[in-house]
Amino acid sequence: MTRAVAMATASGLGAQVAWRLLALAAVVALVLWTGLDEQISPYWEDILYLTRQHVVLVAASGGAAILAGIPIGVWLSRPGMARHAETVMQVFNIGTTIPTLAVIALSMTLLGIGFAPAFFGLFVASLLPIVRNTYTGLLAVPAHLKEAATGMGMTPRQILWRVELPNALYVIFSGVRTALAINVGTTPLAFLIGGGGLGELIFTGIDLMDTGMLLAGAVPTAMLAVLVDFAMAQAQLTLVPKGVNPLR
Amino acid sequence: MIQLEDLTKTFGAANRLVVAADRINMTVPSGEICVLLGPSGCGKTTTLKMVNRLVRPTSGRILINGEDTSGLDDIALRRQIGYVIQQIGLFPNMTVEENICVVPRMLGWDAGRAKARAAELIDLVGLDPHQFLRRYPKELSGGQQQRIGVIRALAADPPVMLMDEPFGAIDPINREIIQNEFLKMQAELKKTIMFVSHDIDEAVKMADKIAIFRGGRIEQYDTPDRILARPANDFVANFVGADRTLKRLRLIDARQVAQDAPALPAETAPQEAARLALAAGAPVVVVVDAARRPVGYVPAEALAGARGTLSGLAQPMPVTMPAQCDLRAVVSEMFTHDMRWLACTDAEGRFAGIVTQRAVTAALSEAAPAVAAQ
Ligand SMILES: Nc1ncnc2c1ncn2[C@@H]1O[C@H](COP(=O)(O)OP(=O)(O)O)[C@@H](O)[C@H]1O
Ligand SMILES: [Mg+2]
Repeated sequence: MTRAVAMATASGLGAQVAWRLLALAAVVALVLWTGLDEQISPYWEDILYLTRQHVVLVAASGGAAILAGIPIGVWLSRPGMARHAETVMQVFNIGTTIPTLAVIALSMTLLGIGFAPAFFGLFVASLLPIVRNTYTGLLAVPAHLKEAATGMGMTPRQILWRVELPNALYVIFSGVRTALAINVGTTPLAFLIGGGGLGELIFTGIDLMDTGMLLAGAVPTAMLAVLVDFAMAQAQLTLVPKGVNPLR
Repeated sequence: MIQLEDLTKTFGAANRLVVAADRINMTVPSGEICVLLGPSGCGKTTTLKMVNRLVRPTSGRILINGEDTSGLDDIALRRQIGYVIQQIGLFPNMTVEENICVVPRMLGWDAGRAKARAAELIDLVGLDPHQFLRRYPKELSGGQQQRIGVIRALAADPPVMLMDEPFGAIDPINREIIQNEFLKMQAELKKTIMFVSHDIDEAVKMADKIAIFRGGRIEQYDTPDRILARPANDFVANFVGADRTLKRLRLIDARQVAQDAPALPAETAPQEAARLALAAGAPVVVVVDAARRPVGYVPAEALAGARGTLSGLAQPMPVTMPAQCDLRAVVSEMFTHDMRWLACTDAEGRFAGIVTQRAVTAALSEAAPAVAAQ
């Protein structure tokens, strides 16, 4: 019976991977079938250059948001912070309701134009879901687990690393996934404040009513979004331990 | 040995004080199970948690094996004390093996030794190591999780165990099974155990000593038999229940009140049997086969003036009980079969004496709680 369950789970995993790959293949097929590739091909060099810029922006701001957001979430969840954490989270929650375009615009008023304000705006926009999920995920770890861990003689640091973080990991991962989706979706706007990226083709295409140019920006942006979400889903599936992973 | 001296805990600020534990004094001798028993909110958990310092005492002392624990570092102290809670608290992110190995690894055991220990312990509670060590807690039944919770606390072989309603979350049938398993383990391991319960039946079953709590104070601290036989006050009497005398049946084994009766082959003459029955003061003679297994009986009054052999007079034996079972089971069988006595057998099924209703009532009379003291 155990083996049957294991096989069912394995095929479940396989099916999920297969579906995502299929979706990706469908996008590529659509591009070829509609003849989009011919409209796009004149912009090939621009696409390569701008995609690189775009990816650097996503990776840098997203990575920074993860590196900052998780420790901030952990810090807010510590007992010593209990009195202030809710207030801080309220501020973060209000921050989430501000449209990302407004965040980008505000960032420009602070930092001018170029890579820096684009990076900062995207960083702030992706930070919120990571902090929020890390914080709530850690608080949701059942008190009796922490009590058992304390009673067994674990140090607070051991409890954090061996009990709290693993048990909150699924929720934290969901936060990271949301953050990266927001990030990838917002990055085309970076062009508006001189941050470069595929937004350049999209917005210029719109201005010039040039469908080919517009698509040359839109299609890679869409594919990047699908790819990032796919990668995150895979990571969530495989990196979150089996005992606390509802997907397995 | 665990000694609590004037142990007190108050919660809250000066205006709204809750005295959760009020000058608790008690000693749990080495190798014994002491059950803290009482209604909800009476301070059992607080008292228990002061021992491993999950709750900091307001005043008083705790000594383990004579050593004042206030001199020890919290972490070091806790690693030497097994701790089991009602919610079990297995870590869902770890396999069963990893859960069991947590404390041994923190104490610096190498991985091989810790794993061998895990396999040994899981075998001890009747679970197959190959099947269960790699599982995650969510892949276990409630009863299995509970067993793992107990052996995880035993992993580093701590001399002292604290158990807070450890079997409270399982269904009654499985609870009974796990309690029995645990008592069997304890007979070998001889841990010094503080055990919180709100269930008098569980307490009577598990305890060497019971401490009855009310409002943060100990009302009575005594053996289960003495608590049932001589409750110190009305609160204790009410708490243990109006059927407290019947509860004592569990505490006495059949062999403790069994008396001898003539065990004779079927060929014996009735006169001879009558003489022996009179000499033994027995209401019956028991007819046994070649292996001394009871097969029938003849009431003493039916022997007078009878002829032939016992085989003509004997009635088949309706039921026998193992001599090591408790009186509750014996009395239950007596009532079922409408008998005034019951034959007991040893491990090989040989006749080992009879238990009479008179002997049972004599053992239960409050004047003699010493019967079950050993
Ligand atoms: N951390 C705490 N803060 C304030 N009061 C508490 C705390 N823990 C327990 N108490 C109070 O102390 C009393 C005893 O609680 P507890 O030891 O948990 O009882 P029991 O385990 O016997 O049900 C209760 O009145 C409870 O409300
Ligand atoms: Mg309690």
